[in-house]
Amino acid sequence: MKEVALDTLVPGERGIVWSLNAPAFEIRQRLLEMGLTKGVAIEVIRLAPLGDPIEISVRGYRLSLRRKEAKAVMIERVKK
Amino acid sequence: MFRDTVESSVSHIAIIGNPNSGKTALFNALTGLRQKVANYPGVTVEKKEGRVLLEDGREVALLDLPGAYSLTPHSPDEKIATDVLLGRLEHTPPPDTVICVVDASNLERNLYLISQILDCEIPVVIALNMVDVAEQDGIIVDANKLSDILGVRVIRTVATKGVGIRELKLAIAEKIVPSLKSRQWTVEEPLRSELEELRGLLLHHHAMSASEAFHESVHLLGSPAVLDEHRSRFAPEVLAHVQQDQDRLDALGIDRLSAIVEGRYAWIQGVCETAVKKTPRKTLSTSDKIDRILTHRIWGFVIFIVLMTLMFQGIFTWATGPMDLIGAGFNALGDLVASVMPPGDLRDLIINGAIAGVGAVVTFLPQIIFLFLYIGILEDTGYMARAAFIMDRVMSKVGLHGKSFIPMLSSFACAIPGIMATRTIESKKDRLVTILVAPLVSCSARLPIYVLMIAAFIPSKSVLGFVNLAGLTLVSMYLLGIIAALGSAWLFKKTLLKSETPAFIMELPPYKMPSLKSVLLQMWNRSTQFLKRAGTIILGVSIILWFLATYPKLDHGTPSDQLRQSFAGQAGRFIEPAIRPLGFDWKIGLGLVASVLQREVFVSTMGTIYGIKDANESSGNASLRERLQQDVDPETGSHTFTTLTAICLMIYYVLAMQCMSTVAIVRRETNGWKWPLFQIAYMTSLAYVVTLIVYHVGLLMM
Repeated sequence: MKEVALDTLVPGERGIVWSLNAPAFEIRQRLLEMGLTKGVAIEVIRLAPLGDPIEISVRGYRLSLRRKEAKAVMIERVKK
Repeated sequence: MFRDTVESSVSHIAIIGNPNSGKTALFNALTGLRQKVANYPGVTVEKKEGRVLLEDGREVALLDLPGAYSLTPHSPDEKIATDVLLGRLEHTPPPDTVICVVDASNLERNLYLISQILDCEIPVVIALNMVDVAEQDGIIVDANKLSDILGVRVIRTVATKGVGIRELKLAIAEKIVPSLKSRQWTVEEPLRSELEELRGLLLHHHAMSASEAFHESVHLLGSPAVLDEHRSRFAPEVLAHVQQDQDRLDALGIDRLSAIVEGRYAWIQGVCETAVKKTPRKTLSTSDKIDRILTHRIWGFVIFIVLMTLMFQGIFTWATGPMDLIGAGFNALGDLVASVMPPGDLRDLIINGAIAGVGAVVTFLPQIIFLFLYIGILEDTGYMARAAFIMDRVMSKVGLHGKSFIPMLSSFACAIPGIMATRTIESKKDRLVTILVAPLVSCSARLPIYVLMIAAFIPSKSVLGFVNLAGLTLVSMYLLGIIAALGSAWLFKKTLLKSETPAFIMELPPYKMPSLKSVLLQMWNRSTQFLKRAGTIILGVSIILWFLATYPKLDHGTPSDQLRQSFAGQAGRFIEPAIRPLGFDWKIGLGLVASVLQREVFVSTMGTIYGIKDANESSGNASLRERLQQDVDPETGSHTFTTLTAICLMIYYVLAMQCMSTVAIVRRETNGWKWPLFQIAYMTSLAYVVTLIVYHVGLLMM
């Protein structure tokens, strides 16, 4: 399986978090603490009306993040 | 005697939880109306305290800690929560028991904070809140099993309906000893033994409990490096050891932070597998159905605009009735004082200084209350997070967060609720930038000036066949305010408060029915805060302004002559050389001086100068308009006001900080005079420079 960045997923696609490439420590820490740890399943739910940020489902709740932050989240795409 | 026994047995309870876990509703359900809001000393984090009457008649103090996702301090809010829990804050005793509010429908992420709190070995009661919502979603949490695993009491609650409140009170009443269960989450070697070693070292060098030492060792080894914040708190031996540990682990390719967070979540997953039963749903949840419309590409915007229009509708039409009533009330009060007091300076001071000044501010209260109510409802339903989600793309263009949008929007009514709404912005710099630029957005107090100037000097004729010139002018003023606010925000983010566009990592909580009690309580708390803070400053400034406009006294003469001769009139003349380049004469100068308190005073000051009573009433306003149009400078023979002057004056009022209530609130929200003074300086300079340019360009074109 190939790793892709979270921002390449379209609404309805699912994936497993592989790693975080956020350059800033604070952002990485926040993403981790909000539950985006290695191995966790996520689903892209929708995009904001202007295309950014995106809304994902993780650990049973909804999280929104900008494409810029989503780029740092490396995902293994899961087939439906 | 009874009082004494109550006081001596009071114990301190704190309540903590993730944002959107229903913490505030639970706090309200426990305390009822026995609560008060203040600030923690030295920071602008709100400190909400209340008293809980227990079933046995005892009363305990309940402290509402700021909502936090984690005890790793990211924001001032989370830092306060951590410091209170660990008893590090002066004047705030560490809590005897902590109520942890957990959203039953979102247990996994909520347990993250719990795992950190359990590390600190503080007596804990868990309020498993919103169990009704969870069960509708097919999530059933076994409270007994959860309690067994965690080793603490778990009470099922539905705070908005009062379910479980009695049981929670009974649980608080018991003397709780910290859980005897040892810590259950773990990290892999060698990090695990490094944490233990560091804990021992911390205990050796610092006076702290074993649990606090563990909390600190996790914090230290989870940090990117040894930070300044650590240097001020830990012994050099400890820091040297931390540095070595960090280097060694990094060299081994161990991601320290990830390992710690993953350790916690791995444990949480195990807990959830035992205590939570999920029935996978086939249909979309209600919240998802709502979101399909509210964040829809087209409908999302339509509804957004409708909601915002409704807000303006409320401010400019529904709030005007109560505003007129309050205005009339203050006039009646003035008349009453006039009828019972003998004429003289004291009577004049009370009527025209104190009552008129305070009255002018209180008149805006209906708008402010309405806005607090409206924002409160949007927040409580969960829509506010969607508004930030929808508008983030726009706000990020000037380097701000989606959350900055609502404060700026509220400022169309009044900058005060806008500035108070910035509290939800996590980044300190971003919050400050939003506070600094919010008053540039045209508030309702500017409208009387726009209306007077446009009615007097801008002809109501069509241009380009369909656009009304007067309307176009008004819209331009609002646009100018928006452009100035966004432009200044961009500039501040690039220079003075230089920082990256803040990360947008925000929870979108499920929609829920707003709790009327929570919304009303919050509205009440915020409104009284506004009155207290602004009221005192306004009273002082009103009296000073009254003095300036009243002395020195003329024995004879009209009110207009009196005003001309007063200190304020002299001040108007004194600043005339400075405002001449803007096309303003001393009379406008007097208006500017008199309206330092608040903008709309300009209209009534013009009324006094031109001898028009009731300049704010429609008939008085019409005659004032004529006088303004006709007024000629006796020396030069030119008109005091021209269309250009009127435009310049409006532009000046768009940009200048002529509002003491805002200054008072900014001082409160930024905890000092530095930023309000800077704000006055930059806004006045901006107003001056832009007006100067417009006036001279205008002269060339005429």
